[in-house]
Amino acid sequence: MRLNSVGQIALVAAAIAYLLGVYFASSPVWMGFTINALIVAVIALSWNITGGFGGLSSFGHAAMYGTGAYASAILQVKFGLNAWIGFGAGILAGAAMGAFIGALAFRYGLRGSYFALVTLAFAEVLRICASSFEFTGGGSGLQLTLAPGIGNLQINDRTVVYTALLIVVAAVMALTALIKFSRFGAYLIAVRENEDAARALGIDTYKIKVQAMAISGAFGGLAGVLYLQLWLFIDSTVVYGSAVSVEALIGPIIGGAGTVWGPLLGTLGLHLLGEGAKHLLPNAPGLNFVLYAIVLICALRFLPQGLVGLAGRVGPFKKKENDNA
Amino acid sequence: MSSLILPAVLSGLMMGAVYALVALGLTLIYGVLHIINFAHGSLLMLALYAVYFLHYHLGVDPYLAIPIVLPVFFALGYALQRGLIAPMSSGSEQNVLLITLAISMIVDNLALYFWTSNTRTADIAYAYDTVEILGAYLPLGRVIAFVAALAVAPLLWAFMAYTRTGSAIRAVAIEKRGAELVGIDVNHTYAICFGIGTACVALAACLLLPTFYVTPQVGYTFVLVAFTTVVLGGMGSLVGALIAGLLLGVIESLCGLFLGESLGQIGIFLAFILILLFKPSGLLGRAR
Repeated sequence: MRLNSVGQIALVAAAIAYLLGVYFASSPVWMGFTINALIVAVIALSWNITGGFGGLSSFGHAAMYGTGAYASAILQVKFGLNAWIGFGAGILAGAAMGAFIGALAFRYGLRGSYFALVTLAFAEVLRICASSFEFTGGGSGLQLTLAPGIGNLQINDRTVVYTALLIVVAAVMALTALIKFSRFGAYLIAVRENEDAARALGIDTYKIKVQAMAISGAFGGLAGVLYLQLWLFIDSTVVYGSAVSVEALIGPIIGGAGTVWGPLLGTLGLHLLGEGAKHLLPNAPGLNFVLYAIVLICALRFLPQGLVGLAGRVGPFKKKENDNA
Repeated sequence: MSSLILPAVLSGLMMGAVYALVALGLTLIYGVLHIINFAHGSLLMLALYAVYFLHYHLGVDPYLAIPIVLPVFFALGYALQRGLIAPMSSGSEQNVLLITLAISMIVDNLALYFWTSNTRTADIAYAYDTVEILGAYLPLGRVIAFVAALAVAPLLWAFMAYTRTGSAIRAVAIEKRGAELVGIDVNHTYAICFGIGTACVALAACLLLPTFYVTPQVGYTFVLVAFTTVVLGGMGSLVGALIAGLLLGVIESLCGLFLGESLGQIGIFLAFILILLFKPSGLLGRAR
């Protein structure tokens, strides 16, 4: 989580100032919308583990997100278990789904476009299954019973929800930093840079990639259960839809893939932009996605390392180029 | 039950031919540019709207719209590749993937904004006249689509095999640097290829509209099926795409018959995952 330049410190400081400023905002709209952005930031951080560090661009992170949300919802609605058990089970289910997809995909050496396609297909199969079976609530989805209280993980006070989400995002980012600067992280980055060379050096690249998918899946499942506990309702399109997968990858790429701060910064920036557009053109649903797409194209062309990389060029501390925040 | 199987297979083949046509464009682009065009479905949706509006406002029959829509979409594909995808991607495969994804997001959401999510169908009276084939009654529109799609595949193959442009496309696909050295304009060839791929989609739209509907989301359904077709047939193989498209149409139709209408597509995606996992080179693809 080292910050290497004046620009990066300014960028991170601006984000933190915004996140704290939300507590004092005059309108509750700010908090409501930032809560949504923070949940998306968790799935973005999830994508960042495999897509950023491992160079494995998934186009179907909704598979993990939705599996986490559905696992928790099914345990609560169909088996009457406590929300906290569902919370833990959702994270585990996400990790299992990630490991499963990874184990199958990597066993046959899929990478690049093929990996993107197979993840997309998994998310789509899960979406169709979830909308077709009685067990998952079919087309009408699953609704949790309203029972406010910390024991049921249903919190009405927006400020408490917001604070809790800030802590969760901070924890996921701390774990990301831990992974990045660990031996495991170094292996994963080696896989991204040159898989054959990594294998030649004795790294079990298959194991590393599957483990990365499991960690990514756990974060994805976490994002899914957070969404469930916030809205108390899920259906197949909401949690397995392609919009989730797109939001998972677009934030990290714009913020800076393979960095600790990038996914949060990118997601916050995009959501602020989308929200601003919504105010300017209130009757245009989906317009925020048009904006996201334009920003994505520009970022790919002009910001190869995202916002974090751009900020890194503003007033660097050292001449030597090493890693970003 | 068995009396239902033959009609299901036949109607699956009819649909499969359209899948094959959409996939032909996609596989051509993949075979040469080595990119997966995520915007393919959105371009199909755009073409369906174009054909629909031509019919609705100007009364142009969808089949007569072919000579209008085809060149327009060829030009659109050419411009997209030359003007947007190539300059913005900086040559990285992942960037191309993401840019086509971004294009599809822009096109889909603008379509939703301008044309709303209402389902529209063109009223073409004769499209639902039935034709009896082997005891099964099939809509005329589907039969026309089947025949036309089957005719396009060999035409495209002949174009690739016997024309100068076709040779240039194949040369660029095999060895980009070498093609450049013998004087082939690679960027132009790439864009031509993207244009042809997009024209395939436009043709598919003209053939589909009489018996299908159009919504801003319609492309998404097709693009996933087209991916499956391309992978099953072997990335870049035209004949493979044709066979795979027909096969998937039948799989979908039979799954719909046995598992219920809403699960018809499950068969397609399961086939997709199984192929990617066990034979990623596809039916007729070269080993990578």
